[in-house]
Amino acid sequence: MPFVRDTVTIFQREIAPTLRDPLGLLFTMMQPLLFLFLFGPLLSGNTGLQEAPWQWFVPGILIMMCLSGPMMAGYFLLVELIGGAMERMLVTPISRTAMLIGRTLKEFVVLLAQAALIIGLSVPLGFRPNAAGVLAGLALLVIFGIGLGALSFVLAIASAPGGELFYGITQLIMFPLLLLSGVLLPIESGPAWLQTVAAFNPVTYIVDAERALFAGDLTSMSALYGLLAAVAVCAIGLTLGTRAMRRGI
Amino acid sequence: MIHARGLTRSFKIKGGAVEAVRGIDIDVEAGQLVAFLGPNGAGKSTSLRMLTSLLPPTSGSATVAGHDIVKDPGGVRARIGYIGQKNGSGENFRIRDELVSQGRCYGLSRAQARVRADEVLQQLDLASMATRKPGTLSGGQRRRLDIALGLVHRPDLLFLDEPSTGLDPQSRANIWEHILRLRAEHGTTLFLTTHYLEEADSMAERVIIIDHGKIIADGTAAQLKSDLAGDRIIVTFSSESDAVQAASIAERMTGTAPAVTAAPAAASTQAAVSAGAFAQTATPAGAFAQTAAAPAATAIADPVVSATVSAASASAVTDVAGAAVVVSAAVVQVRVAQAGAALPEYLRALEAAGVKAIAAETSRPTLDDVFLALTGRTLRESEATPVAEPAAV
Repeated sequence: MPFVRDTVTIFQREIAPTLRDPLGLLFTMMQPLLFLFLFGPLLSGNTGLQEAPWQWFVPGILIMMCLSGPMMAGYFLLVELIGGAMERMLVTPISRTAMLIGRTLKEFVVLLAQAALIIGLSVPLGFRPNAAGVLAGLALLVIFGIGLGALSFVLAIASAPGGELFYGITQLIMFPLLLLSGVLLPIESGPAWLQTVAAFNPVTYIVDAERALFAGDLTSMSALYGLLAAVAVCAIGLTLGTRAMRRGI
Repeated sequence: MIHARGLTRSFKIKGGAVEAVRGIDIDVEAGQLVAFLGPNGAGKSTSLRMLTSLLPPTSGSATVAGHDIVKDPGGVRARIGYIGQKNGSGENFRIRDELVSQGRCYGLSRAQARVRADEVLQQLDLASMATRKPGTLSGGQRRRLDIALGLVHRPDLLFLDEPSTGLDPQSRANIWEHILRLRAEHGTTLFLTTHYLEEADSMAERVIIIDHGKIIADGTAAQLKSDLAGDRIIVTFSSESDAVQAASIAERMTGTAPAVTAAPAAASTQAAVSAGAFAQTATPAGAFAQTAAAPAATAIADPVVSATVSAASASAVTDVAGAAVVVSAAVVQVRVAQAGAALPEYLRALEAAGVKAIAAETSRPTLDDVFLALTGRTLRESEATPVAEPAAV
């Protein structure tokens, strides 16, 4: 399968510098942990969230990381677009879609390692995950993240050679996407207009689905809507991404 | 190796479309070394990006290395190497890792890719840098790494976009050594763009000149120079009347009518004005001379230099219209096939007529003269006002 081989090629290229730089890897792992330990206690103190703040909070952190990881993939692509590395690889027969997926997968391996660490460390704090639910939740995140990654590649390609557009838009949409999804604070406590806006945010459905899945609620409607949202983002992202690559950079 | 027909590419920009390449035809046989020459924004890189399948053409077609660039881009990509204008290596990656990745991109197995990576590192004298990152290399070393990346899969056809631009003379010479060795040892077909005219002149066996998206000349450097520019002999006299007399002697020798210009060159402070005057009197190609007069305005220091510069432009331009003799102030320029043989003959004829020359020189044409003869401006002038190549939309 040339497509699988191409994806592996890109993945290996991308992951090599991470594996060769243990200090960088350490920092990468520290970041979500700091968040967990510094923000988490605040949450459990502020008990608008009944008695299971970790159940609510851990899936949220994973989604935050899932939003920033693929954006970083777009940023790295932009850097290589502005330099000549991307062009050099586009002249080879390697699959264009594999170039997108391989890059996103690398971000995901890092993400999954972070997720395992967070889940492992939050269990002693009172987090009670459902094993099957966690696996399903992570799979959902992978689908969503590949789509997000591809969209951030489209944005990177559209922003080259300057790059300002990329920085501008990612800065602009990152926080609304987060705040209007209920990752950090529950949407239900907001006004009606905000809840309406949140209903159009695909991240909202992913967040709800993750919380349901981590709680072991594998057959809920939330999980189904989340899956649909993730698949839609993934399909749109890959279609636009591959088209942008084909059109010429 | 390359057969292109009517290759065209336009870009959308604000308020319309720009045609970067307007229907070019190119045929390159296996084993040739072709230099693709033109000012910034002429369409060199866009043409190269189409031929390498990076950019689909708006219209036209091309077969490269036996495969159609539109219908079978994968077939083209597998057989060609491309070394872009920018550095191809990623900043975060070790050099050898990048070479192995590149080999894998071309479908080599991991073991094969490792073997090839070490071979090209050796071939381009980079073996001692294998575990370093590109940022730690010198400009010349980075460029060698770019070439190494283009060679991993042993392509029969290699495209190089400005391989030596921005390097010091020593590194440039070194890059050329590698390029020429590649050709000698593997018979690789090379298609390259360059800013350095002397490189195109001395290295390439064929020169293609592109301007405003169209190919305006194609041939060996020697052919282009003798057909389009020709040698010149330049003789200075002590007075304008001597010069006029000398011009009519030259005219009898070459059998053409001289183009006599006014002689305001001494008024160096009014060079711009005098340039205008040149343009009006420089028959028969008044319209061309309008553009050719521009350099006169820049060379204002010395009247003789000023005259020579403007006359040189006028000469090359009027060559297009057939005039072989140009007089400006006290300087006569004669275009001849072989300046070395014509100059003694001309001087003897002058002596016989009692006209005294005070200085004489010959000048061999350069590719810049060819460009000037074709377009009415020099490549260097064109470089001074580069047209930014618009990005694809």
